[in-house]
Amino acid sequence: MEKVATRDAYGKSLVKLGQMYENVVVLDADLSKSTKTADFAAAFPERFFNMGIAEQNMMGTAAGLAAAGKVVFASSFAVFATGRAWEQVRNSIAYAGLNVKVCASHAGVTVGEDGGSHQSVEDIALMRVLPGMTVLVPADAVATEKLVTAVYHQEGPAYVRLGRSAVPTIYRPEQELHMGRGVELREGGDATIIACGIMVYQALEAARMLEEKGLRVSVVDMFCIKPLDEELICRKAAETGALVTAEEHSVIGGLGGAVCEAVAAQCPVPVVRVGVQDRFGQSGTPEELLAFYGLTAGNLVKAVEKAISLRDGYR
Amino acid sequence: MHLGVPFSFKLSKCNEDRNNTHVFSQGYSVSNQCWEVLAGMHEINEQVVAELQGKARVLRQDIVKMLGQAGSGHTGGSLSAADIVACLYFWEMKLDTRNPRWPDRDRFVLSKGHAAPLLYAVLAEKGFFPREDLAGLRKFGSPLQGHPDMKKVPGVEASTGSLGQGIAWAIGMALAGRLDRKDYRVYALLGDGELQEGMVWEAVMAGAHYRLDNLVAIVDFNGLQIDGRVEDVMSPLPIAAKFGAFGWQAVEIDGHDYRQIMGALNLARETRGRPTAIVARTIKGRGISFIENLVDWHGKAPNPEQVAQALAELM
Repeated sequence: MEKVATRDAYGKSLVKLGQMYENVVVLDADLSKSTKTADFAAAFPERFFNMGIAEQNMMGTAAGLAAAGKVVFASSFAVFATGRAWEQVRNSIAYAGLNVKVCASHAGVTVGEDGGSHQSVEDIALMRVLPGMTVLVPADAVATEKLVTAVYHQEGPAYVRLGRSAVPTIYRPEQELHMGRGVELREGGDATIIACGIMVYQALEAARMLEEKGLRVSVVDMFCIKPLDEELICRKAAETGALVTAEEHSVIGGLGGAVCEAVAAQCPVPVVRVGVQDRFGQSGTPEELLAFYGLTAGNLVKAVEKAISLRDGYR
Repeated sequence: MHLGVPFSFKLSKCNEDRNNTHVFSQGYSVSNQCWEVLAGMHEINEQVVAELQGKARVLRQDIVKMLGQAGSGHTGGSLSAADIVACLYFWEMKLDTRNPRWPDRDRFVLSKGHAAPLLYAVLAEKGFFPREDLAGLRKFGSPLQGHPDMKKVPGVEASTGSLGQGIAWAIGMALAGRLDRKDYRVYALLGDGELQEGMVWEAVMAGAHYRLDNLVAIVDFNGLQIDGRVEDVMSPLPIAAKFGAFGWQAVEIDGHDYRQIMGALNLARETRGRPTAIVARTIKGRGISFIENLVDWHGKAPNPEQVAQALAELM
């Protein structure tokens, strides 16, 4: 299976958008080689602005460019784009409803060796809480290209979460993705794993492992955290009665938090949240860290079994 | 000179090559002769000044009435910048009130967003919306929010209020103007206390780096902020020298002297290769004896008796 980092797909997508649309402008904060906006900078130097190591001003500048009619992609590492500059994203971009797409790479623990200071496990929560902000977590390179293109065409602010490490490509190029609609990648009646980002592949692996144990589980790619596909979540809750969420992010406030909010309010069933359990990251290889923080297919298998036993205990 | 504050009017490179982007000259004293030269670039005569003073008087009257009706809001910092804003809107800027989004218009960003009453007063006086609407300041359901909301009020270019962000918007607008090969100019009005926000200096760095000679930052240097004198709370002094060190052309003026305001705007318009900062020494609460130079009037509105007295003084 081909492995491509979502940040690489982002860089290529930006160049395509730049070729098609004159109003695309890209900003970066001295990480263009890492976020891959350097591809755009090479192709369209006059429409790329390196704002230096100054994320707050980058977001404010993005707002000003957007107010003047540009569609602005602003990139940095997730921890800085959403954390350092959160209040600028809130007041200058989201409050004003401007056409700025915050596309941040190096999200989650798979940043690896750089360690906990650089591993954002809070960014989905930070962006999801902002009114009018679309929040997207693509699972692979195909999804990244489609979603980056989609946010260009969608009026208003958006956050796209990208990763550092190469991840398996799940989707065929012809796959259609629609804002606010999860994708049911696999159907099964025993439980449902709702995943995003790199955990989608892990969820598919877990489903295969569970099948060997005689359990058939559904796998949903919930790449759109906001607006959330509550209809699909509640349908899967009704069909399977046991939900597991899977994300490379804190279990607080991210996909797991969002699913729990929807389920508790509309279709109560047990939800087991797989993610980073309210702690910071650390240095290590991506594989070591995924294992340490419980973000593997094996962890998902256990979580599914727990969700099923919770469900059966209620019944 | 009507101000009780000693001034040393400095003008960088007034008489020399203004296109050199690398050199900041240290404090050229501006002789009256020099201001005459700058004033003479466009027609600044006594009649024009008298008309602008009349406009500023109307703005101050509207500010006082608005704040009295609202029962809360920022009186001192709205009054201090009234002469500057009158010059911008009734002399300097190209605008089309019938087409507030005219792509070629000059842009004014109220980075010190708490002076919203001043912005609303001038927009109403220009005819962007009916002056009856001013009575809605800070009231539920009114477009005139406590701090400016560009989505709600025609003529408002940026949603500001969180200090430090407007100057970054202005950077973005100036970059967009250059990208679009338009000759519009961008004016940002900052508070002196606002200069304590770190992101201001990120933006100032960017303005010089991208040589934005279509950008002017005006600092309303009234010397007071919520907790006291700016020099006591956290001194941003020396202001002009800081802008100069960052690579801007920096001019110190009396912000209530129309010839100096207009002369400085002329100088900025004639300057190539770098942005201009106009550090305008002002009196907080200017024009109303019992409000002038008092810290307490930063965020307090006049009561009905005080409104009547203030309007009598402004006759």
